[in-house]
Amino acid sequence: MSSKKPLISIEGLTRSFASQDKGEDAFAVFEDVWFHVNESEFVCLIGHSGCGKTTLLNILAGLDTASEGAVIVGGIAVEGPSLDRAVIFQSHALMPWMSVMGNIAFAVKSRWPEWNKDRIREHCQKYIDLVHLTGSENKKPSQLSGGMKQRVGIARALAIQPKILLMDEPFSALDALTRGSLQDETLSICQTTRQTSFMITHDIDEAILLSDKIVLMTNGPEAKVCEIVENTLPRERTRNDMHHHANYYPMRNHLLDFLVNRSRQFREELASADYDPRHPPVVAPTAENASTDPAVFEKPPLVKTINA
Amino acid sequence: MAASLRARSLVLSVVLFCVFVAIWHFAVQTGGDTGPAMDPEYAALMGETAKGGSALPGPLQVGAELWKHISDPFYDAGPNDKGIGIQLAYSLGRVLLGFLIAALVAIPLGFLVGMSPLFHKALDPYIQVLKPISPLAWMPLALYTIKDSEVSSIFVIFICALWPMLINTAFGVASVRKEWLNVSKTLEVGSLRTALLVILPAAAPTIMTGMRISIGIAWLVIVAAEMLVGGTGIGYFVWNEWNNLSITSILVAILFIGLIGMLLDLVLAWVGRLVAYQE
Ligand SMILES: Nc1ncnc2c1ncn2[C@@H]1O[C@H](COP(=O)(O)OP(=O)(O)OP(=O)(O)O)[C@@H](O)[C@H]1O
Ligand SMILES: [Mg+2]
Repeated sequence: MSSKKPLISIEGLTRSFASQDKGEDAFAVFEDVWFHVNESEFVCLIGHSGCGKTTLLNILAGLDTASEGAVIVGGIAVEGPSLDRAVIFQSHALMPWMSVMGNIAFAVKSRWPEWNKDRIREHCQKYIDLVHLTGSENKKPSQLSGGMKQRVGIARALAIQPKILLMDEPFSALDALTRGSLQDETLSICQTTRQTSFMITHDIDEAILLSDKIVLMTNGPEAKVCEIVENTLPRERTRNDMHHHANYYPMRNHLLDFLVNRSRQFREELASADYDPRHPPVVAPTAENASTDPAVFEKPPLVKTINA
Repeated sequence: MAASLRARSLVLSVVLFCVFVAIWHFAVQTGGDTGPAMDPEYAALMGETAKGGSALPGPLQVGAELWKHISDPFYDAGPNDKGIGIQLAYSLGRVLLGFLIAALVAIPLGFLVGMSPLFHKALDPYIQVLKPISPLAWMPLALYTIKDSEVSSIFVIFICALWPMLINTAFGVASVRKEWLNVSKTLEVGSLRTALLVILPAAAPTIMTGMRISIGIAWLVIVAAEMLVGGTGIGYFVWNEWNNLSITSILVAILFIGLIGMLLDLVLAWVGRLVAYQE
């Protein structure tokens, strides 16, 4: 499994924006966020829309700067974008005037400017084959389906062989079938290359399938890391068999309960418990502890939410 | 459907042309028959050609004149008598030169204005004031300072072609999608490479639209500029033929001005299609 050496360490990160209403103070999207990503680990971030997930990822990528705190990667504070941290954007962000090959070659050429044309081509081809786009090398993005475009984005990010892969809801715009097959591909790629990855998602099953660890973020503004959930399913899981595992439903219920109830009520939870933002609680939902955990099963969550 | 839209529109175009020529032909003839259509002073000036005909030449006369110009477009018989091909070439040369210089200034400047909010804010008032000035209003100033009619007319073309290209380039550059720039940033692409490989192709369709507007305006302005400055060019040709009272030649010139203008637009539209992309 993953070696326990933190590769990315997020320390007291706060991002505030100036308020639209004049005279009011700036508001913090998220506040005092602490967590870390180990080498070869796959970490997912779950939170409601608008809690600042994209903002956080942009800071990790170096595209945005934090108001307070720092992101440390390999012992060095992040000060700007780097080829070591590849980003897969939510909206694929392909250049429409470049072909599939051109888009990937643009990245590869940036990574290894000294390479000649043939070497770049060969390298790009390897990654085009990896994401099963062989034969579409010379197509323009407008000639591709949504899933194929997202694949190009994945190939472009992987082709520069980054230390860290950052993904902002990469599959959320796709239909369930395409999403499933892309998740499978991502899973197998990340498992074989032991790629350190950080991914934002809305999809609980996606998080359970892909991640080693799931960071739960409460609603904004002033969002915080509520807790960190260890994935208790064995690493050798597939989309088709993971729901047979005894720990699947405890995991799923725990995450669902968070999204439906606790993300909103966290402020009250915070006041009662001895919450330390530096060390958010780490939980590992399993079949054994779930049955004794009233938080998961006693609340009838959906009814409550609708009335609230 | 029996015939394609294209074929039917072609037939309609030809029919309209024939109807137009027929009306023109008969209108001019009856004008001649009933007599008083012509201003007597003008008739006197026209001399021989005025006898028994209308003031306006008919399509047959214009056709004959057109054929004369087409069969020998490049003759040169002194400063006041050059072939229409030579005159058009002069005008075209001035337009292309002025346009080229304008593009060389407008595109880099547009990049600067589009990329830097500081320059955008600082230069905007100047652009807003300078843009609506009729290019011909610069002519006396140009003649006075440059003291060369050739350079002055090129300057006037430059100044009229500048603004659409500048404004469109700035707009195109400023509205390049942020995500493309973010891709470029995360790949640590240098600013020159980003400008050439990301911003330029992204903004190219908008820039081309500006160029198309510019060349259109330049072709409009060159005729007026050459009428003022004289010497050579299609504008001067028209003015000279007016002094010769050769309406037939003027009509031929008008036809050519239209055709060349269309051709310029077609060329730029074609280039525009080359750089267009579909999102
Ligand atoms: N440039 C900005 N200026 C002001 N406020 C901003 C800016 N960018 C983001 N915000 C605010 O920050 C909050 C979080 O935005 P962000 O895009 O990070 O949300 P998100 O968690 O990624 O949401 P989603 O799941 O919908 O993508 C939003 O409330 C948004 O209004
Ligand atoms: Mg987002």
